[in-house]
Amino acid sequence: MSNIKNSFANGKAFIGFLTGGDPSLEKSEEFILEMVRGGADLIEIGVPFSDPIAEGPVIQAANIRALAAGATIDRLFQLVRRMRGQTAVPMVFLTYLNPVYRYGYEKFFETCRLVGVDGVIIPDLPYEEQIEVRPTASVNEIDLISLVAPTSENRIKEIVLNASGFLYVVSSLGVTGVRKEITTDLTSLLQAMKAVSDIPTAVGFGISTPAQAAYISRLADGVIIGSAIVKIIEEHGNKAGRYLYEYVKSMKDALLA
Amino acid sequence: MKKGKFGQYGGQYIPETLMNELINLEKAYCYYKDDADFTAVLRQLLENYAGRPSRLYYAAKMTADLGGAKIYLKREDLNHTGSHKINNVLGQVLLAKKMGKTRIIAETGAGQHGVAAATAAALLGLECEIFMGLEDTRRQALNVFRMELLGAKVNKVTSGTMTLKDAVNETMREWVGRAHDTHYVLGSVMGPHPFPTIVRDFQSVIGQEARAQIMQMEGRLPAAIIACVGGGSNAMGIFYNFIEDAAVRLIGCEAAGMGIETGQHAATITKGEVGVFHGMKSYFCQDEYGQIAPVYSISAGLDYPGIGPEHAYLHHTGRAEYVPVTDEQAVSAFEYLAETEGIICAIESAHAVSYAREIAPSMGKEETIIICLSGRGDKDVAAIARYRGVEISE
Repeated sequence: MSNIKNSFANGKAFIGFLTGGDPSLEKSEEFILEMVRGGADLIEIGVPFSDPIAEGPVIQAANIRALAAGATIDRLFQLVRRMRGQTAVPMVFLTYLNPVYRYGYEKFFETCRLVGVDGVIIPDLPYEEQIEVRPTASVNEIDLISLVAPTSENRIKEIVLNASGFLYVVSSLGVTGVRKEITTDLTSLLQAMKAVSDIPTAVGFGISTPAQAAYISRLADGVIIGSAIVKIIEEHGNKAGRYLYEYVKSMKDALLA
Repeated sequence: MKKGKFGQYGGQYIPETLMNELINLEKAYCYYKDDADFTAVLRQLLENYAGRPSRLYYAAKMTADLGGAKIYLKREDLNHTGSHKINNVLGQVLLAKKMGKTRIIAETGAGQHGVAAATAAALLGLECEIFMGLEDTRRQALNVFRMELLGAKVNKVTSGTMTLKDAVNETMREWVGRAHDTHYVLGSVMGPHPFPTIVRDFQSVIGQEARAQIMQMEGRLPAAIIACVGGGSNAMGIFYNFIEDAAVRLIGCEAAGMGIETGQHAATITKGEVGVFHGMKSYFCQDEYGQIAPVYSISAGLDYPGIGPEHAYLHHTGRAEYVPVTDEQAVSAFEYLAETEGIICAIESAHAVSYAREIAPSMGKEETIIICLSGRGDKDVAAIARYRGVEISE
């Protein structure tokens, strides 16, 4: 296992997502450092894609902004390389499969290793299709992070047994985006997962408030916050750093309380 | 071959949330496709409601004019709702009902599949929502109203390029959130397994009929079969029963828009690269970083950056050929067929007519070509008029 285990060593983990290059690569660098200062235990960097089918409107818009600003996989690799001089926080990429496929699996995972990307989440690569990338990821010691959904049911065991890094638990049906309440029976979902393995679990999709984070912290090992962070960036643009710090701190406090 | 794969193409590249739904769909399909009651009901609907079998029409004037191979037209344009799309939707909506779904959703480009899906939903009593790119709702305004008349709700998609690709994105997003009561009636031989197989099977009635009809009329197999390809459902439907017949050329016509050298086209096989998108591994128009490219065609039905995985495989093995046909060539063929045979075909199908005009003259008089006339052209008349600089109001 990579560096990612350190993310779960400081109480319940706060995992913060932003779309790489939104609104610019320089700002992403600053925003990541602000989130780390606020207590983020792991940073998820979204590789912008033209057609992010698992995303709601907020992250879709961030993808468009980042692409318009010229973000590419190569530039995101450079971003991570620069940041490795400044922080040891584990960083993972969230990317659709096509950019990785086009880049070439070997070159992609090798570059991840060289620049210091610890793991990769690929939302359109379910368990059955992971076979085509998993060996390349393992050789380079990059965790391929699997997702478990409320609909996974009989698939949970196999997914969990083959998981690496942590498990991304999808809290709700549908696409990413802030939700008022989480209606999935997370308790039994997480119990089913814990029965198979003690690999860390982090819950994402729809979570935005400290109260929701506190609730999740009783069930899982961490929370993943995406749309709520991207919304702050959308609202405050270049000046979002301070707000991100405050937001992450409030969430991490709720997780530790 | 691995389940759900055509060579290296196909697969199930889809969010985990949908995986069990796709597995259940595959199970239900495998059961019902051989179920006597299911197939009897479907056959009855295809015959009495959709109007099958569709005619294989000998285009004598076109044949004489081109002076080479005999031209036959497989008249899918005469089906109820005006295209081959009805073959697939009747099958899928029946299947959805068997699976206990009460609602269907579907993407549409030109509106042909949307109209067909709305029709089947109306007939079989399911709720229906259609996703259509805003740009396409403008190009095909009549079809939007037609779907609404049929009781469907039409959602105008404003993300991305606001065309077919984006309509598929939105329909998938909707399905990820609501699969328990909803079936996604995918309109082409694309998307994650089992859709490419299901849609191909439901469309293969075109080729089954065409084969029997040409054998009866000519006593031999055709030299070539020509069909247009966007996602590729009418082409796959007519090709499928001829794949084993190596002497029959299978030709798919892609939309070359303003020309393949202009960047304004949807010629996926000619100009695309292998990638993974919309649940499948296949060819896609994309840039060096794997961003899906904006595509263009005068035909909203061919205006799609990918192609079904079985076509990718047929291209890969060399069994089928894929050729680009420009807007100008398609419009010219559209006009030609109207003047020569008195048939106004869909602008999509006109791409296939165009290529037949190109190759027929140099073929022998004893040879035959079957063109899949996938749809009728009423929906395109206003757009063709605009293309020719004529302003008409509907």
